[in-house]
Amino acid sequence: MSSQKEFKQQVRKLYHKLIAAFGIITISVFLFIYIALHPSAFKNSPEETSIIAVPEVDGKIENGIHLATGFVDGEGLTEVIQNCTNCHSAKLVTQNRMTEEGWVATIRWMQETQNLWDLGDQEELIVNYLATNYAPQKKGRREVLTDIEWYTLPAN
Amino acid sequence: MKRRSFISKGTLGTFSALLGTEIVFGHRIPSGYQPLALQDPDPFKLFNKDTGMTVLNTKPWNIEAKAHLLDDKVTPNKFMFIRNNGLIPENLDASNWSLTIDGESVQKSKTYSLSELKSKFQQYTYQLTLECGGNGRSEFNPPAKGNQWTIGAVSCANWTGVRLKDVLKDAGIKSDAVYIGYHAADIHLSRNPEKEPISRGVPMAKALQDETLLAFKMNGEDIPVAHGYPLRLVSGGWPASTSGKWINRISIRNKVHDGAKMTGTSYRVPCEPVAPGEKVADENMCIIESMPVKSLITYPKSGAMIKEGQSLNIRGHAWAGELEVSKMEYSIDFGATWTACPVEKPVNRLAWQHFTAKISDFPKKGYYEVWARATDSKGTGQPMLLPGWNPKGYLNNACHRIAIKVV
Repeated sequence: MSSQKEFKQQVRKLYHKLIAAFGIITISVFLFIYIALHPSAFKNSPEETSIIAVPEVDGKIENGIHLATGFVDGEGLTEVIQNCTNCHSAKLVTQNRMTEEGWVATIRWMQETQNLWDLGDQEELIVNYLATNYAPQKKGRREVLTDIEWYTLPAN
Repeated sequence: MKRRSFISKGTLGTFSALLGTEIVFGHRIPSGYQPLALQDPDPFKLFNKDTGMTVLNTKPWNIEAKAHLLDDKVTPNKFMFIRNNGLIPENLDASNWSLTIDGESVQKSKTYSLSELKSKFQQYTYQLTLECGGNGRSEFNPPAKGNQWTIGAVSCANWTGVRLKDVLKDAGIKSDAVYIGYHAADIHLSRNPEKEPISRGVPMAKALQDETLLAFKMNGEDIPVAHGYPLRLVSGGWPASTSGKWINRISIRNKVHDGAKMTGTSYRVPCEPVAPGEKVADENMCIIESMPVKSLITYPKSGAMIKEGQSLNIRGHAWAGELEVSKMEYSIDFGATWTACPVEKPVNRLAWQHFTAKISDFPKKGYYEVWARATDSKGTGQPMLLPGWNPKGYLNNACHRIAIKVV
């Protein structure tokens, strides 16, 4: 190989390296500008999983009820509080009664339309808790009146 | 306020410390979330509601009345139920409020300031019945998902505003118009600004009724924030979700409006009746229009004990969606016999009507229930048992009843 050819080849190599370097710089600049304009775009990446452990001060249970939320005490209570009371209150859960199928369907609906996150391997625990503690009760076609506060109504 | 400074710090650490628990997946909570434990704890003060009202949900806020609290002929704010699909908008500014009329079937998109709406169009006041489509949901079996309303998600206040039809006509309605859909300033529970918590509407025929208002006053005063200040669409007699709160845009659509809560099981019922618990395909669900005939005994409060021989005065309201109530009856023997009682004419179309009765024929001491049954102008009455089951538990208009003891 003549020294001239060798030189040409080296120039070509250098040229390719320069183009590659320029390309990387261009992409980096665009990426930088994008991040600068959309600071939240990469915030929610799963790599940043942050579990902040602080001592439980509000976990008081009385008569089987978690006082702060009104949830029934049971396996999965913590996970339910953590995942189900960010968007809505615990009352939306505790006033409802559903089968396992119904709770799963509700979770899917919230994931599809309400921005609920993937519950990952906690889903089974959460669904079990809900289906066990908030299962449907048979009500028939009309219930008897309950919780009547009796009082004397004077004649008028 | 202390609470605000906590939130402005807004770090997960702060939230966690206040909640006393760890927030798993905390990284996925969008900024701006207020964990439940940090919300204002006293809704009665917050919304000027009577403390006898029942809070069904604190986020979003959902609060209902009890039958005896609804005794007024015109419902005052303190006894008016609150139904929210999303979060109440913050920093509402009436002086900068505007309403845009747009959509496929508007002649030309037009924007009106609130003061322009008030000055340009004639104002009307109507007393209008607003009942949540899910009022009575708690009684369905199998249970239906959602806020478990009992009987108190109904009101009948005076609403003052301009006719929607006057404004729509001013912007110009194309001949292919089918539906209107509202858009509002409320915030989605996820705080995602791309999502609307609710965007419903009504067919053109309902939109063009005299009583369908763009209201800015309730009972003669600015509409309370929780009820839609500064501008609310009010379409009486239909599910109250069609009466959009905090509205800033109305689209004239050339098809049935397809906004949030117009599809799926939301405010829709099976087109053909189904057995309780049956699965219903999306295409077999139909949008609820007029609410059914219904009534409430608002006096006395359930649980009254009277002396043998003492007569019992009862009173209440009855309404029938788009129709009028033409007959009112009560029973003290679980529907075996019914006695007709007088019912007043409505003050205007779509207002509830008042009934009274004096019951002096309790045959002996003991436990009784007084049942009330209204019948509409087409001869359809209230069922004593739960009406047709539907996936989301709408339209329960079963007879109301109160417990009485003769001692």
